Amino acid sequence: MSFEQVLQYIFSGITVGSIYAVVAIGFNIIYNSTGIINFAQGEFVMMGGIIAHSFTPTMPLFLAVVLAVVITTAVGSLIELVFIRSLKNPSVLRMIIITIGLSILIREIALHIWDEKIRALPFFTGSEVTSITIFGAHISPQVLWVLGITALIVVALQFFFYFTFTGQAMRACAANRKAASLCGINTRKMVNLSFCLSAAIGAVAGCTVSPLTQTHYAMGTPLAIKGFTVAILGGLGNSTAAVLAGLLLGLLESFSISLLPMAYKDVIAISILLLILFFRPGGLFQSRQIVALKSF
Amino acid sequence: MKKTLILMVGLLLFTSLAFAGGEKEAAEKKPIKVGAIFAVTGPASFLGAPEAKTVEMLVEEINAQGGILGRPLEVIVKDSAASPEKAISFAKQLIEEEKVIAILGPSTSGETLQIKELCESAQTILISCAAAESIVDPVASYVFKTPQKDSYAAIKIFQTMNEMGIERIGVVAANTGFGNAGIGQLKKYAPEHGIEIAIAETYDRAATDLTAVLTKINAQGIEAVVNWSIVPAQSIIPKNMKQLGMNVPLFQSHGFGNIKYVEAAGSAAEGIIFPCGRLLVAELLPDDHPQKNVLVTYKQNYESRFNEDVSTFGGHAYDALLILKKGIEMANSTDKAETRSAIENIKDFPGTGGVFSFSPADHNGLGIDSFEMLTVKNGKFALYKE
Repeated sequence: MSFEQVLQYIFSGITVGSIYAVVAIGFNIIYNSTGIINFAQGEFVMMGGIIAHSFTPTMPLFLAVVLAVVITTAVGSLIELVFIRSLKNPSVLRMIIITIGLSILIREIALHIWDEKIRALPFFTGSEVTSITIFGAHISPQVLWVLGITALIVVALQFFFYFTFTGQAMRACAANRKAASLCGINTRKMVNLSFCLSAAIGAVAGCTVSPLTQTHYAMGTPLAIKGFTVAILGGLGNSTAAVLAGLLLGLLESFSISLLPMAYKDVIAISILLLILFFRPGGLFQSRQIVALKSF
Repeated sequence: MKKTLILMVGLLLFTSLAFAGGEKEAAEKKPIKVGAIFAVTGPASFLGAPEAKTVEMLVEEINAQGGILGRPLEVIVKDSAASPEKAISFAKQLIEEEKVIAILGPSTSGETLQIKELCESAQTILISCAAAESIVDPVASYVFKTPQKDSYAAIKIFQTMNEMGIERIGVVAANTGFGNAGIGQLKKYAPEHGIEIAIAETYDRAATDLTAVLTKINAQGIEAVVNWSIVPAQSIIPKNMKQLGMNVPLFQSHGFGNIKYVEAAGSAAEGIIFPCGRLLVAELLPDDHPQKNVLVTYKQNYESRFNEDVSTFGGHAYDALLILKKGIEMANSTDKAETRSAIENIKDFPGTGGVFSFSPADHNGLGIDSFEMLTVKNGKFALYKE
């Protein structure tokens, strides 16, 4: 394999990996504050892209993205208010099953509001045919956008969770909800906020990846599965680790394609994931004890 | 006592006669029941949704013109969501409870193959809107299909390649029934056209980026790429090829025949070559083309009614219903066996997919000339050869 080819596979891996990573981050936030995996996370991604696409004919792209994020956030908040808050006995398992139901519900509603056809937002810079050449290998400028926005989200989240009062309160809820509420933290508000946040991040992700992956009503679930895998691989709740794990999975897939038929891509990736989980059940980058998944 | 008895018998006779008369009259006006199984929702909704809309529109048109044989037409549409299990139970329901004369659809090959035997043994006509050749090969006497055969698409692509002097190609296909059948057809017909398939790869139907596999294909020194798929990823392939700076021509299958895929691929779609029915280029056909009239009528009616672009898939349902109508009219009866043999005798019948000429051995009725090579020019479909 020539140097250009190796570099090209690396770029491919980064492209796929950055898409996985930005989806994975959304899982972590709700997990951090409620201990549940929101299986409707992929639908937030879909909604972001599809709503922004509906606005693009009437307004500039940036404004359309902002509006899409605002609307998706509102939906996220509404979902928590209507379906999660009213639970008398919010066991983790019950909440997870509710999110699975919600994902189906949102998908079907999207099918009726929009339709089954595919859409793609315009590229943020350049167009479908633009590519940046680095040492003889090529990468789409949109991938740089995805990477940049992912990095921005991670930094902003770290700041939020560690240096703001609200962020710390949300972490307190995650650690021990009863204790947090005894300290005067409004835990219900924090749970609602976490749904808003992860809906917003999902929508941002949906808009940024839409020019590459395209958007249609059923895109959420496959993306969510990959995002979930990455979130587990990195260690649930840790957004920086999710990005690293995403890139790692992307590179694994890309180099497995260079050696084996593409049909085996997922076999390779999932086998390695399983191996890692056997030896580091808390995820690759999780140093503390496995808080993850104990509630299952 | 005797009088009352006579009166009662007389009454009885009278009423039964009256009922018989009423029944006879009702039979003449009773609607002709036809079933339809389409994947209106679910992963194949891009097939089923336009098919269901087309049938809905066509039934209204037919009934406004006085129905078939003077009887109104009633089509019962069932949404299978592309699930073969649902298709089976709907088919049973339509045959046993609704007692339909024929079933239109299903939309996908997998579903059709599941109910092929069922319709054959129940002696109910099935006119499928799905692609696979195995639907009509081997021929089942009650089973027909309207879309063009996969093998014709493969041959048409290879003929174009021969004219362009292309000899070494790479093939990618979606990991679906349609994609796998396509790879099979390409491999089967490549040698006799002097074309070497250097590499053939399949990708997941939910693929989000395909630069890695295209890098691998590009390293094989190929002169063209063929992509065979009906999933959204077929718009990702052209984008990724441009991003990688690959300048070889891209051929797609007839699954590309939906303007939404062109829009999603944007400027990367320019110059894609693919075989397709003539519906997408109806206006560009010469006026004396046998299909011109039916294509333009369907396109205009559909687009003004539903306010969305027509797709070839809806056309398959259009053909299916019109072929059934023609068969019933030729048989002058709604008897299933008579209608079935009448369909086998339909010749030179212009539809959206091509000019149909059925025979007992050919239940598809289309030739290779039903495909036209198309390309994308300025974001629109155009004839490859003007």
